[in-house]
Amino acid sequence: MSQENILEVENLVMHFGGIKALNDVTFNIKRGSVSALIGPNGAGKTTVFNCLTGFYKATGGSILLNAGNKQTSVVKVLGEKFKGSDFINPAAFAERVKYKMFGGSHLVNRAGLARTFQNIRLFKEMSVIENLLVAQHMSVQRSMISGILNTASFKNSEEAALRKAFYWLEVVHLTEFANRLAGELSYGQQRRLEIARSMCTNPEIICLDEPAAGLNPSETEALASMIRVLRDEHNTTVLLIEHDMGMVMNISDYIVVLDHGEVIAKGGPDDIKSNPKVIAAYLGAEEGEEVSL
Amino acid sequence: MNQQTGVNFGASIKDAVIAGLLALIVFGPIVGVLLDGYDFSARPGDLATIVAVVMFGRFVISIFVQSDVGRKFLYRHAMKEDGVTVTAPDYKSKMYYILPIVIVIGLLVPFVATKYILTVVILGLIYVLLGLGLNIVVGLAGLLDLGFVGFYAIGAYGLALGYEYLGLGFWSMLPIAAVMAAIAGAILGFPVLRMHGDYLAIVTLGFGEIIRLVLTNWTEFTHGPNGVSAPLPTLFGLEFQRRSREGTPFHEFFGLPFDSAYKYMFVYLILFVVVLAVLYVKHRLTRMPIGRAWEALREDEIACRSLGLNHVLVKLSAFMLGASTGGIAGVFFATYQGFVNPSSFTFFESALILAIVVLGGMGSTLGVVIAAFVLTVMPEMLREFADYRVLMFGILMVVMMIWKPRGLVRVTRKGFATRKGAVK
Repeated sequence: MSQENILEVENLVMHFGGIKALNDVTFNIKRGSVSALIGPNGAGKTTVFNCLTGFYKATGGSILLNAGNKQTSVVKVLGEKFKGSDFINPAAFAERVKYKMFGGSHLVNRAGLARTFQNIRLFKEMSVIENLLVAQHMSVQRSMISGILNTASFKNSEEAALRKAFYWLEVVHLTEFANRLAGELSYGQQRRLEIARSMCTNPEIICLDEPAAGLNPSETEALASMIRVLRDEHNTTVLLIEHDMGMVMNISDYIVVLDHGEVIAKGGPDDIKSNPKVIAAYLGAEEGEEVSL
Repeated sequence: MNQQTGVNFGASIKDAVIAGLLALIVFGPIVGVLLDGYDFSARPGDLATIVAVVMFGRFVISIFVQSDVGRKFLYRHAMKEDGVTVTAPDYKSKMYYILPIVIVIGLLVPFVATKYILTVVILGLIYVLLGLGLNIVVGLAGLLDLGFVGFYAIGAYGLALGYEYLGLGFWSMLPIAAVMAAIAGAILGFPVLRMHGDYLAIVTLGFGEIIRLVLTNWTEFTHGPNGVSAPLPTLFGLEFQRRSREGTPFHEFFGLPFDSAYKYMFVYLILFVVVLAVLYVKHRLTRMPIGRAWEALREDEIACRSLGLNHVLVKLSAFMLGASTGGIAGVFFATYQGFVNPSSFTFFESALILAIVVLGGMGSTLGVVIAAFVLTVMPEMLREFADYRVLMFGILMVVMMIWKPRGLVRVTRKGFATRKGAVK
């Protein structure tokens, strides 16, 4: 287990029927970095995200998450097919049955990986603050009896959850909207609320799917500084998909470029800017042509 | 508003004539022709009366909406905001004043009401319980369950068969039936809760029918369509029959003359307390993590999974708690009727309970209580029009969907006071 890399993706393959959406995608994400996954439309960026966060079951390869002082295999917790050796080894068999019955993408989140969605998925008919309280479900007092009797331990746990929710509202500048319905917020506010909600699950790595889509330049600027806050003050590793090249180049330490389901380049922003393969993928241009990023 | 202010009688007459023609088409075959064996006789008089009533009614409404008062009325209703609202943090519900009054009235009812009214109110309260149970599943968790009557049947037959085969009385069966119904909910739920919307509705519909068919056809165990008798509740071992097989009956113990209304009073009082308890639990649940998780699941299942909520267990808990409430309602139904048979648990019951939830407003506790009483007490009050019951039911639903598509009572969410944020 490597402490340096929080996420290790190796030979990730994803097929939808005959379509090969991802082909041997391999990359590592360093702990405490801001990394970006870029590529032209249809390159497979969101597919990678869905595999990482457990919404798709990868066809092949391995995804290892080193968070919470243990190593989690994302592919395994989603529930795998039985193998011949399971019928000899009862422990392995029991584990596979467990993940088959109760496994799923929620275990990936519990292991320390949170995500946001390209098309915002908030609980629209619940208030902003309740959205953040739902995200803390795993850390609050969930006992039925103490909740119904409204005991002191239940009240304390709710109060702590509320404090944490208001903390994150302050970070994303939404405190005054705490008692509004999430669906009533403007687009930019909804994007920020979704990030706050993911952060309420105490992740070690957060995956943002096009966080700047639909934001104006000043909102994008604010978002970039917020992402730095996540990394610097909360030790959260950030992995993002983004089309806004200005922002990507500005905040990322490491960039992975995908095209047609394959990694065509990996490296720091400067390497990527001058990589001829990347330029060709984006512009379909002849090599040597200048690209303004 | 800059529309013309006068009343346009020509337009009203036109409306009335159109409504009259429609009434002629609708009621012509129903009222105008009376079948008599293989023959029939025309009844133009009745038809003319109905058409005249419809035309007159349409004319009056048409005039009314053109008047100033009518315009304001329409305007008010067109502007109705029916969505969810968040209350202010310091908002104090009027319920704090209304609830004690309702409790006092509720406790006085059995001592002033006649036996007939008491039985109607008991039925109303049973449907309140059923509505509250289904409200957890449909209103909060957003899982369309068309077989809720199955859990109701499990509770009712649990009491009747538990008494017959195991000698268990009302008080021991009340919790056992709740547990049994919850287990049935889990058994049904686990394999099917990975389904969504329509598919789930079909499977639960099938479940309700399976329970009913088993009760009908497993004659050596359930006595099939002949039904089973169910015991009455006892007060610390005192029975409410005229003659008791063992021990003294209630009226002899207290030296009162025998009255069959005592048992209804007693059932009513227990039921009233249970309903209050369930209302309280329900109220707490919406403010607890589990209640929030149910609502979040209704809003967006994928987002729930991305936040670490196990969607299967969350759904299962909604199903089990809803089912156990239905089971409790079943026990009360059996003890109140004194007899159960499968014909009480048809699909129509499921539809009625669902109508209660939809009419009351998905997720609204108060709405469900009001709707349950409207839909059970109203048919009793309108006994003379029993033939038109389903028609009225339909009209009520259509009117509701036009004016109050989100249910009688608007759903409100609790607001939270702003506080200093802190992370542990």
